[in-house]
Amino acid sequence: MGCLGIKKIGWFVRMNQFSHPKTLYEKVWESHIVAESDDAPSVLYIDLHLIHEVTSPQAFSGLREKGLKVHRPERTIATMDHSTPTISLSFDSADEMAVIQLEQITKNCADFGITLYDAESDGRGIVHVIGPEQGFTQPGKTIVCGDSHTSTHGAFGALAFGIGTSEVEHVLATQSLLQSKSKTYEVRFEGELPFGVTAKDMVLALIAKIGIGGGTGHVFEYTGDAVKALDMDGRMTLCNMSIEAGARAGMIAPDETTFDYLKGRPYAPQGINWDAAVERWKQLPSDAGAVYDKTVTIDVSKLEPMVTYGTNPEMGIQISERIPSLKNMNSAAQQSSLEKALSYMDLKPASALKGHPVDVVFIGSCTNSRMSDLRAAASILKGRKVAAGLRLLVVPGSESIRKRAEAEGIDKIVRDAGGEWRFAGCSMCLAMNGDELEPGQYAVSTSNRNFEGRQGKGGRTILASPLTAAASAITGKVTDPRELMQ
Amino acid sequence: MRSFTKLTSKIIPLPYTDVDTDQIIPARYLKVVNKDGLAEGLFDSWRKLEDGSLNRDFPLNQDEYQGAEILLAGDNFGCGSSREHAPWALIGWGIRAIISTSFADIFRNNSLKNGLLPIVVDEETHTSLFDLTEEAPAVTIDIDLASQTLFLPGGERVSFEIDTFSKTCLLEGIDQLGYLLKHEAEIAAYEAARDF
Repeated sequence: MGCLGIKKIGWFVRMNQFSHPKTLYEKVWESHIVAESDDAPSVLYIDLHLIHEVTSPQAFSGLREKGLKVHRPERTIATMDHSTPTISLSFDSADEMAVIQLEQITKNCADFGITLYDAESDGRGIVHVIGPEQGFTQPGKTIVCGDSHTSTHGAFGALAFGIGTSEVEHVLATQSLLQSKSKTYEVRFEGELPFGVTAKDMVLALIAKIGIGGGTGHVFEYTGDAVKALDMDGRMTLCNMSIEAGARAGMIAPDETTFDYLKGRPYAPQGINWDAAVERWKQLPSDAGAVYDKTVTIDVSKLEPMVTYGTNPEMGIQISERIPSLKNMNSAAQQSSLEKALSYMDLKPASALKGHPVDVVFIGSCTNSRMSDLRAAASILKGRKVAAGLRLLVVPGSESIRKRAEAEGIDKIVRDAGGEWRFAGCSMCLAMNGDELEPGQYAVSTSNRNFEGRQGKGGRTILASPLTAAASAITGKVTDPRELMQ
Repeated sequence: MRSFTKLTSKIIPLPYTDVDTDQIIPARYLKVVNKDGLAEGLFDSWRKLEDGSLNRDFPLNQDEYQGAEILLAGDNFGCGSSREHAPWALIGWGIRAIISTSFADIFRNNSLKNGLLPIVVDEETHTSLFDLTEEAPAVTIDIDLASQTLFLPGGERVSFEIDTFSKTCLLEGIDQLGYLLKHEAEIAAYEAARDF
């Protein structure tokens, strides 16, 4: 059995010297195999399990019904983010059902000995923001959460993916999951990002190119100069939206940027353990000659800010482009899909999206609510006012980020511009907490999904970067941020 | 988990591609702490008109499909979030099998853990099934999981793929957690070897 072999040799990386070149994904996968079988999926060990109030209650009920304990409570971290109000720190304004859900996760964590970042906690925030921020997220780990944007944590070279509630129960009970190995897909971004173009534009360009099902069955590894040049916030944005192309996960090889980010974080290895960890992490990048099942290359040197016009994230264009025309669609299915999307969005085929009026701008979500996102937005908002009648909502990803941003005066910039500055949470990304669009409203949003009704029933979402969102807030229409940048 | 062996049912056509889990069940229905009552929110925005009344044009609201248990969906069904509330809502309404040309990974996994069978067919079969629902909405087809076969009207048979493990779990109604718990000793050995 593999596990005995690992014990004799030491840690997994040394095993690689005796075998074929491996990808980052294969290294993390193989080092977490507990058991393998010909007629069943592998048993994969999970290093870190993140939970939130929405997808965990039924899993704990399952444990209670079966009389099971949580196998390794110290390996699960809980937060409250999806249904929490953002207008105050207290949850007094939450609706009755949200309160029941928040009380339930509090009880579940207390009963089963799990650390919970609750209303009073400084560290509370969006699950995919606080994992990295606290240093729980580390290279080479397997990380899961009952949330599809768990792919975010792959930015650190972790294998991180979303699971359902049944699987949340499996991880609670056994710290393991039944998993089949995915195929690998190299997503190579080459060239230097132009001024005013960001990681969000890169990932929207990828999804527009390969489609929302383009990554199904695969794990992405993002490579190339343009990825290496991103800071960790940008890398998280990129990995975050891997699932929007259907990929199981997205990963980036850890490097000095990764180590610099993690060093000194509360739950990162400390002292001599830090040096040992870095040495281990340096073995993780894909070996020279490692083979991927698929590869796509995107040159970012001419990329423009991206905006979506439809009802899924693949329906995106560069901001100077026009919405596709029906006759340019490859199939009847694509044509009817475009017609349906544009009918919902009340937009015309072959028309420009740039300049279209906007009612609401949302800056936040696990995609774009970190310090560099807020700083980017603030750089455009500073000294300006949002357009008359437009609602701007800025929601930091964690309470810790909120406080740092306030120390830098970003809250004041947002308020002076006429925007709303909120407490941390998922907020208008999925409109569970009362922050939502009204029917028919157009929002430029830094979140990840423009599905019908995602941000409120009848609401119309245009996905974009924090720069594009902030610029659109100032002008009141879909705007190329470069026009407002120095 | 409820077992799945054979099923005979009408087919409900849902001819949209990339149906995401927000359409299957919007987030506002996720504030529950159990699995009950989710069928109320199934395809909420499509099933209900703005005033809250039922949209009679939507197949799930039509009399002829009440009691039907097979959904025929467009490509890439179930993309988006990981919410298991999506299969719970479908099952709550009465759906037991979904036929499409492809499924999103997490939705597929979640379905299999709840006795909901995702069946992938090729484009030709997919198109002919949609044609069939137009020509003869009342017609039924048979699904036999053991032989991995769809029996279509006129005697046509279409085989489909499913991994051995998922098939066994579905046929016998086995909860996968039970299988995982049998590996407790190996999990403990792995943890000891990793020297946490």
